[in-house]
Amino acid sequence: MTPDAVVLAAPAIPAAGAVAIALLGARPNLREAATLASAAALFLAVLSLLGPVLDGARPGAVLMEILPGVALAFRVEPLGMLFALVASGLWIVNSVYSIGYMRGNGESHQTRFYVCFALALASTMGIAFSANLLTLFIFYEALTLITYPLVTHHGDYEARRGGRTYLGVLLGTSILLLLPAIAVTWAVAGTLDFVPGGILGRGMSNSAIGGLLALYVFGIGKAALMPFHRWLPAAMVAPTPVSALLHAVAVVKAGVFSVVKVIVYVFGIEEIAGLKSVDWLPFVSGFTIIAASIVALRSDNLKRRLAYSTVSQLSYVVLSVSLLAPLSVMGAALHIVAHAVSKITLFFAAGAIYTASHKTEVSQLDGIGLRMPWTMGAFTVGALSLIGVPPAVGFVSKWFIFQGAAATGQYLVMTVLGASALLNAAYFLPIVYAAFFRTPPQDAGHGEAPLPMVLALLATAALTVGLFFYPDIPLALARQLAGS
Amino acid sequence: MIGEHLPALQVVVPLVAAPLIVLLRSAPLAWLLAVGVSWASLVIAVALLLQVQSGGVISYAIGSWPPPWGIEYRVDALNAYVLVLVGLVASVVAPYARSSVAAELPRERHYLFYCMYMLCLAGLLGIAITGDAFNLFVFLEISSLSTYVLIALGRNRRALLAAYQYLIMGTIGATFYVIGIGLLYLMTGTLNLADMASRLREVHELRPVLAALAFITVGVSLKLALFPLHFWLPNAYACAPSPVTAFLAATATKVSVYVLLRFYFSVFGAAFVFERLPMRGLVLTLSVLAAVTASFVAVFQQDLKRMFAYSSVAQIGYITLGIALVNENGLAGAVVHLFNHGVTKAALFLLVGGIALRTGQVTFERVAGLGRRMPLTSLGIVIAGLSLIGTPGTAGFISKWYLVLGALDRGEWWLAALIVASSLIAVAYVWRFVEAAYLREPAPGVAGSGEAPDGMLVPAWLMVAACVYFGLDTSYSLGGARAAVAVLLGGAP
Repeated sequence: MTPDAVVLAAPAIPAAGAVAIALLGARPNLREAATLASAAALFLAVLSLLGPVLDGARPGAVLMEILPGVALAFRVEPLGMLFALVASGLWIVNSVYSIGYMRGNGESHQTRFYVCFALALASTMGIAFSANLLTLFIFYEALTLITYPLVTHHGDYEARRGGRTYLGVLLGTSILLLLPAIAVTWAVAGTLDFVPGGILGRGMSNSAIGGLLALYVFGIGKAALMPFHRWLPAAMVAPTPVSALLHAVAVVKAGVFSVVKVIVYVFGIEEIAGLKSVDWLPFVSGFTIIAASIVALRSDNLKRRLAYSTVSQLSYVVLSVSLLAPLSVMGAALHIVAHAVSKITLFFAAGAIYTASHKTEVSQLDGIGLRMPWTMGAFTVGALSLIGVPPAVGFVSKWFIFQGAAATGQYLVMTVLGASALLNAAYFLPIVYAAFFRTPPQDAGHGEAPLPMVLALLATAALTVGLFFYPDIPLALARQLAGS
Repeated sequence: MIGEHLPALQVVVPLVAAPLIVLLRSAPLAWLLAVGVSWASLVIAVALLLQVQSGGVISYAIGSWPPPWGIEYRVDALNAYVLVLVGLVASVVAPYARSSVAAELPRERHYLFYCMYMLCLAGLLGIAITGDAFNLFVFLEISSLSTYVLIALGRNRRALLAAYQYLIMGTIGATFYVIGIGLLYLMTGTLNLADMASRLREVHELRPVLAALAFITVGVSLKLALFPLHFWLPNAYACAPSPVTAFLAATATKVSVYVLLRFYFSVFGAAFVFERLPMRGLVLTLSVLAAVTASFVAVFQQDLKRMFAYSSVAQIGYITLGIALVNENGLAGAVVHLFNHGVTKAALFLLVGGIALRTGQVTFERVAGLGRRMPLTSLGIVIAGLSLIGTPGTAGFISKWYLVLGALDRGEWWLAALIVASSLIAVAYVWRFVEAAYLREPAPGVAGSGEAPDGMLVPAWLMVAACVYFGLDTSYSLGGARAAVAVLLGGAP
């Protein structure tokens, strides 16, 4: 297949996988095989695009013209390539984990679960490879809607309530802010294509550009910038595999990915660098980093703590792209990868703990590291990575963000980064300490979670460390993004 | 040879079919004839649209009496578009009607239903195609009278009251319209719309012309259920037999909007109506009120049909809002929303009809747990509901996009904000259905019967597919709407 055809195959493979999963609903083993097969096929397809993209090619495809001059179109650029690689690669691991989790916990509606999961990945691929704002917007909304059944999977009161918040915030921001932002962009620029260097030109006053940026960064609610972050903790009512892949990787990364993409390809870094009207963004994202960390510190529920940690880490990406320097844009791209592999490890561990011991609160975890050494070992790796300790990939991205801040002389930002590293340590390390060094309570003994889950979390932990030593591919893509 | 007489055939075929059905009396034959005639209307409408696209405006003199003395049928890009919409919806509703009518009406009245259905179709097509103000009134009455009967056929006895209410309001509307026409005839001495337009230019400022505009506006607004003249609509939609609701929601109000467009833009002239008179502010205010308040009311309904009926009032508000924007993008949004909303609401009411067939009532209690009992129906309602919200990738998004652009073109930021904000209310009522259908357990005692019969499900899903198709490929829907807007902004019909 030519790279252009592979681009179309990327959303099509999981969509076809969803059909196969639905048809095989009555035979669980075959159904799970279909999930794994489509995950593997998707990863291979995305991987085959890597070579051409690294060589500077931008494969793409145009499907149909939705509005005059705006088509449903795909084009692979470095950032999208990176995002698609991360999402599709982790889907394989997550599928192995899901099988262990869903069976281990005897969840209902498993066919619906896997179908929606595959469709969510299809939407994610659409977002990653979108060639213009409209295509991005279509798949962005599709991702919100298709993950709703996953969030409300349990169907009880809690799930309904969480689902309402989830949908209310995400649809509310995208309809109220993002859609007008896109319409204004169209009215000003006459195009919605992503073009290196931006498309706005000289059609807007400086203050209007600041306003438009606000519409975008708050309108992309999936980036969870405060005050539009509430949907993310609400989404934690979902089964853990959903929280792991979707609410630590695909959905939230789709948010920050869109923010980076809009700033780089719609506004243009050089076009808006130094504008007074856009210098508020580092403060808003810096505030979110600190405030969310403090909330995380005070949460006893493990998944909730992880969710607020995600809110905080997402703002790292927004903060670093908002510095509008090449190094910090690289840092933003790298942090998308770094946070993805680290946070999915942490969620995998949380789910493994729940499956093995039905514990959900941090205060219940005394001594659990002795019973689940592999799980808590992986948890420790993920935690250290998010704090920014080498040898874990989190160090690499934070290094670049720090360099970007130093290069632009943003001392306040450097302070925020330092404070946040301390806060991260403050809410992660006590868990590690309690797990390994406190005496376990004398309740019913349990061992590790089912094997597929342990394998999955070890794989992502290994990836977290491995990417520290071999960051070549993400680095090359990030460099292309910053250089373009 | 036939091609020449298509404008006449467009109306005559369903008009002749109506008495034929009375003579046939047999329900299956009546149904077959109704389906055939509906499909023929669609074919004729499409043929007319193609003719207009290639050869420009078609003028057809009925009985060979040349206009302006005789009655002229005049087809341009605008009403060809409306004709296709009416034909399309009729062609989907007619096959659907068989199972639905069989379940809802006593057998001896089946032929009456199809007869009235044909009359209503003829009336609506006639309104759209005629170029004569009084002939338009005649067709308005034909469609209205048949509609009263169709609503009254509903199996609930409240249908009689609803029909009566609509009869009163509809008659007032028609009377107002005919008074307006009388005044215009007085001033211009002609009933031909094109002729009237050119003669009106000389007497624009005179008081009878202003009075005529007022009477026609109120009369037509009653028929199209512009807020606050919409009170007949929810009752009528809720009580009518399911196929009637779907057909009326998708076509009757749309054709009335067409009449308003025709009079405002082609007869009186946009500059006169919107610039020299304060009509813009009036229509705009009412439209925004409709979009916001009717959406809110919809959220609190207990009955699906009623909920979607109020949603219709709100959506009509969007259409008239587009008219009040009086620019290219806004009008494109209004005209394309005629089509997109027609398709969306047809899908919704057809699916709801399927639920009504299976559970008797369509209250929220009854649809609890529907996702498991009628998965295809529920999924269809969700998809069409997304189009109602205006989710990108569905037809509703295209309309909303153009309305927002139209507001931005005028520099009216607050209006753009209101448009998107009110569509959030649609999320609220669509999601009430989602929660009820998928996240609630069915109430005890609700029969666990399966999907609606294929004869109903297939037409409904055709419309659901259209909701998505026309959101992705807009060359027909949007292309037609833009051609129609060119006619509207270009001046005389």
